[in-house]
Amino acid sequence: MSVKLTVRQVGDVSVVDASGRITLGEGSSAFREAIRDLVNKGSKKVLLNLGDVSYIDSSGIGELVSGFTTVTNHGGQLKLLGLTKRVQDLLQITKLYTVFEVFDDESAAVRSFV
Amino acid sequence: MSEHSGGEFKNVEMLLDSTLGSVDVAETEVLRAAEFAGLPEEDRHRLGMAVRESMVNAVVHGNKYSAQKKVHLAIRIQSGRLTVEILDEGEGFELSSVPDPLAQENLLRQSGRGILLIQAFVDEFRVRRRRERTGTEVQLIKYLSRES
Repeated sequence: MSVKLTVRQVGDVSVVDASGRITLGEGSSAFREAIRDLVNKGSKKVLLNLGDVSYIDSSGIGELVSGFTTVTNHGGQLKLLGLTKRVQDLLQITKLYTVFEVFDDESAAVRSFV
Repeated sequence: MSEHSGGEFKNVEMLLDSTLGSVDVAETEVLRAAEFAGLPEEDRHRLGMAVRESMVNAVVHGNKYSAQKKVHLAIRIQSGRLTVEILDEGEGFELSSVPDPLAQENLLRQSGRGILLIQAFVDEFRVRRRRERTGTEVQLIKYLSRES
């Protein structure tokens, strides 16, 4: 299954619920388009919920980074929520834990945006 | 093609098109071999991911999706090791030419993490230019906990 993305608003935070696989091809391009769409609509606070993402490859990791830089370059913030153990491992291996703010609790994540 | 019936693993040799569909085929074959070899689930996942990354390198960066070029896949189980070989027909590359994805200046690059993940997820990883023709030959080895 490719990635499925659903966007909802919690206050002024855009929460993107992702499920499925973020891999080279359809999954990663769908993700990229969703982030660009949010930025174009003026979203400055993006919380990416990866709790139901079963698989991310290096291309998917690249899309997370690209999303981060896209939102940041437009003066916003992109944070991550609900990482599985496997995604946590990937962020450790790639040292991206030093880049992303990561949360387990949605309420705490929403409150963290300034 | 692979045949795993009768309790004995028969080596896999496949010639695959340079498509993303071949990435899925290779992953499926390797996961089947890994299950046969008795690798734990997490090790199977990691090996499968290393194979996906290697196949993507072969299809996308090596063969550049060329319909005229093939990817050669071989899977063997012997001497307590599961060995996967992936050969492309591209121009070849040097491992030393890949920028360090963990360097501070490269952390926000969109690509370049595949080899890092492969190295993290298998016990041995070798890359060399093919000798008999152009291309890159990649060997991934996962140690098995029992003799096969």
